[in-house]
Amino acid sequence: MNLALPALVPALPALGAAATLAAGKKAPGLARPLAIVPVAVSAVLALVVALQLGTGQTLDAATRLTPTGGPDISLAVHLDGFSSLISVLVGVVATCVQVYSTAYLKADPRYPSYAALVSLFTAAMFLVVFSGDLIVLLVGWEVMGVCSYFLIGHHWETADARSASLKAFLVTKLGDVPFLFGIFLLGADVHSFRIPDVLAAAGEGRLGHPTLIALLLLAGVAGKSAQFPLHTWLPDAMAGPTPVSALIHAATMVAAGIYLVARLMPVFLQSGAALVVLAVMAAVTMIGSALCALAQDDLKRVLAYSTVGQLGYMAGALASGDREASVFHLVSHGAFKALLFLAAGVVIHAAHTNSISAMSRIPGLRKRVPDAYWTTGIALVALAGLPPFSGFFSKEAVLTAAEHAANGEALTNGLGPASGVPQAAGWIVLISAGLTALLTGAYATRLFLVTFHSPAGAAAAAPEVLPAADRATVVADHEADAPYSPELDEADPATAEPPAMRWPLWVLAVPTMAFGVAGLRPDWLPALLDGGSLRPTGVTAVTGTGLAVVGVLAAYGAWRSATARLATGRPAPAAVGRVPEQAGAPAAEVIVADPGRTLLGPLFGPARHGFGVDRLYHALFVRPVAAAAQLVRFLDREVVEGYVQGSGIGANLLGRAVRLAQTGNAQTYLSALLAGVVLLAVLVAV
Amino acid sequence: MHLAYPVVLSALLFSVGVYGVLARRNAVLVLMSVELMLNAVNLNLVAFDAWLRDSLHAGQALTLFTITVAAAEIGLGLAIVLLLFRARGTADIDRATALGDPAEPYASVEEEPAAAEALKGRATA
Amino acid sequence: MTGAATLLAATGSLEPAARSFLSPTGQEIVFLLVGIAVLGSAVASVTTKQLVHAALWLVVALGGLAVEFLLLTAEFIAWVQVLIYLGSVIVLVLFGLMLTKAPIGRSPDADSKNRWVALVVALASAGTLVTLVVDAFRTSWIDLGAGGGSAAVTGASLFRNWVLPFEALSVLLLAALVGAIVLSRGAKRRVPAPRAGRLRAGRPVGSNGTVAATAPRTAPEAAAPSAPSTPSVTEES
Repeated sequence: MNLALPALVPALPALGAAATLAAGKKAPGLARPLAIVPVAVSAVLALVVALQLGTGQTLDAATRLTPTGGPDISLAVHLDGFSSLISVLVGVVATCVQVYSTAYLKADPRYPSYAALVSLFTAAMFLVVFSGDLIVLLVGWEVMGVCSYFLIGHHWETADARSASLKAFLVTKLGDVPFLFGIFLLGADVHSFRIPDVLAAAGEGRLGHPTLIALLLLAGVAGKSAQFPLHTWLPDAMAGPTPVSALIHAATMVAAGIYLVARLMPVFLQSGAALVVLAVMAAVTMIGSALCALAQDDLKRVLAYSTVGQLGYMAGALASGDREASVFHLVSHGAFKALLFLAAGVVIHAAHTNSISAMSRIPGLRKRVPDAYWTTGIALVALAGLPPFSGFFSKEAVLTAAEHAANGEALTNGLGPASGVPQAAGWIVLISAGLTALLTGAYATRLFLVTFHSPAGAAAAAPEVLPAADRATVVADHEADAPYSPELDEADPATAEPPAMRWPLWVLAVPTMAFGVAGLRPDWLPALLDGGSLRPTGVTAVTGTGLAVVGVLAAYGAWRSATARLATGRPAPAAVGRVPEQAGAPAAEVIVADPGRTLLGPLFGPARHGFGVDRLYHALFVRPVAAAAQLVRFLDREVVEGYVQGSGIGANLLGRAVRLAQTGNAQTYLSALLAGVVLLAVLVAV
Repeated sequence: MHLAYPVVLSALLFSVGVYGVLARRNAVLVLMSVELMLNAVNLNLVAFDAWLRDSLHAGQALTLFTITVAAAEIGLGLAIVLLLFRARGTADIDRATALGDPAEPYASVEEEPAAAEALKGRATA
Repeated sequence: MTGAATLLAATGSLEPAARSFLSPTGQEIVFLLVGIAVLGSAVASVTTKQLVHAALWLVVALGGLAVEFLLLTAEFIAWVQVLIYLGSVIVLVLFGLMLTKAPIGRSPDADSKNRWVALVVALASAGTLVTLVVDAFRTSWIDLGAGGGSAAVTGASLFRNWVLPFEALSVLLLAALVGAIVLSRGAKRRVPAPRAGRLRAGRPVGSNGTVAATAPRTAPEAAAPSAPSTPSVTEES
């Protein structure tokens, strides 16, 4: 096989990025083709590489990049079924995002730099996927971090975007530091940074400190894939443009962490403790984020929390020792989450607001964006895990993996002994995944119903949110206490979306609907991966689907009762004061029937604010750091600068003292002179 | 004759001249004190000339030169003092502090009326 | 002291028995008395409160010095001293005093505030010099011979050995003469033109003290009375 092809896949978008950046200012017409074509060609090339490689094959090639004192760093390619699958996913999603962005950011003056960064982002993800060397992988990993910083801060005019980009950068870097040390430790134990060597060493049990390595790597994974302690950057990252969210959430950044663990699964299988930690992390992440998603008012934040939750699923599958199920879910989630975000972008353009409660008051939103309406519906069904869409199959695969792990017969597919996976990890994942299935069904239903089906919009507050209403009124419309990540957009809500924003939705809707079937036969998808079974088993299928259906029905019931209460004029229990000025609650809260409020009860408030994790971090880390910075500032200003100033003041005072002698009286000078002469004479004579 | 007599006398005379230069306020008196110092030197020169019996009579020749230079010096010095007096209305050395540090109260400010008077007097005369 | 010893040997006139300070020769006694007079009048000259008296005390001191020169056999120098110092320098000084309007009679501020510092410095220098000189020349003896400084000897020496410095000195004198003339004459033209920024409204340009007083027709109105006193302020600063 020609090695140029896999080398070209990451290289093309990188070159495209450089070209877009170079040509963007001078020839704005070239920016769009330069943004789309390299990424699209890369996607095709990734498909070609995947087809050439075929199933059950791996390919390793390396050239020594630089000699070091220790293990060499090599420019290596490591291709297998996982990399094929994920590279195709990355290519497809990135192409859709680029095409979509041409329309979404049509009027943006910084489009060239944006497109260049998206291309670079894609290139970095390709590099991570194809790299056969951990250090080179780290390069792609960090380039992604920088790109996400710039892209989230694309609207740097707003303070939200600035702080969100900083937060994303700092939080992911917080994970990257232990990650770097994990890689070093791995390289030191194996005496090589090459992934095949690492896997071989792990398979033979030659690792010196598997638990330490796994935990250090997990820190980086938690940062990139937004797992529990380090997940806080992801909801805030919604301040970036919506296509960027689609790219980050579906295929690139967050997928990188899961992909890395899947790649290095044998290393993790060496350490039961790390798997339990991963399981706990995944469980906390998925349940907490699902609760948060149920309470959010910002459409994109709902999706962001759902991403966190689904990443918890993938991490759970990994904790159960089944990387097949994890990658399966990664791919199907990539498809439907990209679809959800792109559709959300269409909806946001049409409604000119991120707030679903504000959207619920827009009459005929459903008819205004039919493509988005239908594709959102499809993707939400997939998200909830209802058959027959892809989300069902991949989620069942995760549940099956967890069930097997709980029974002590984990589906490691020959990567390690089944006993390497603790049963506790399986149980934790299984229970939390079931609970999350319920919650996922509920919040998917809530999102869909409140956004598109609220009757209130047709009735009460229609006049004030006419499509022509200016942005200020609409922005003020979102619920006051809800976290909100507004996005600057100048699109005209009255005009229909261009085709470039519509057909990517349907392109992504196809895998959303059909991809799940790929796991049914062992010689289809599993053959490409490790060869295990991805077919759902009866018990988990029934339980998981049942739980999801219960969640959907509960949300529907709560929505119906809330709507009915609204129709009869009785206020919702939570909204006691009807007059906004008195209660301090905006009118939107009163007239929107929010099933989340009913379902969550007292948990609603904390859940809406992410259970105060941000506030906790603020108190625990931000404030001490700020205090330390103050201290340093004080030391610098008062102490260090004191010396500097002191020398200046000392010289000044000395000068003033000398000035006193400068009376201008010649006799004084002469007296001093003669006195000095006499003194010298005496000194010389004596 | 002991050499000590003229030499000690000249040393004392020189010191008296130093005192006059440093202590006198009037510039003309300062010039006079300078003459005293010069004469102390002259005395030395003559005494050593006599003591050494110099065949070139360098001491006496130099004394003559010194006297000449002193005459020139006093002529120029007095011209300068007169100029100072015309410009500032005073010949007091400790009030001619224009080259001093101006952060001090400007020494010449208070004597400007006097200078003005002097100028006026000259102009009308 | 070896240098002094060779010098003493060169003089070749050592008679230790005759050289006690306790048995002074007649010359020494006269020198001492005149020296005391010179010193006294010099001290009076630098301490008197009456400025003209100071000049007169200076006459006494310089005249006494002429006598001392005579005692040291330097006749020609003594007469030159009398001629130049007593004849011209003192006269110049007196003119200077008068031209600068030195007050006649006692002026209490004849000494500056620097007086005590001056006294300390002067005493220190006197102590140092006297100590040094006495230490160095305690035993030196001047063997005075007649005619050592007569006009003939001095003239021969001057025009035989010292012609070039003598001529250079005459050039110096000429330069000093020209300089003194320039300084005295140039001062009249030194009255600076009034600065533009300091002009008062209603006063004609160029009406400084000198011009305004001599040309009242250019400023016949109210500017004339104030003109002589105010413009010098601008000249001064």
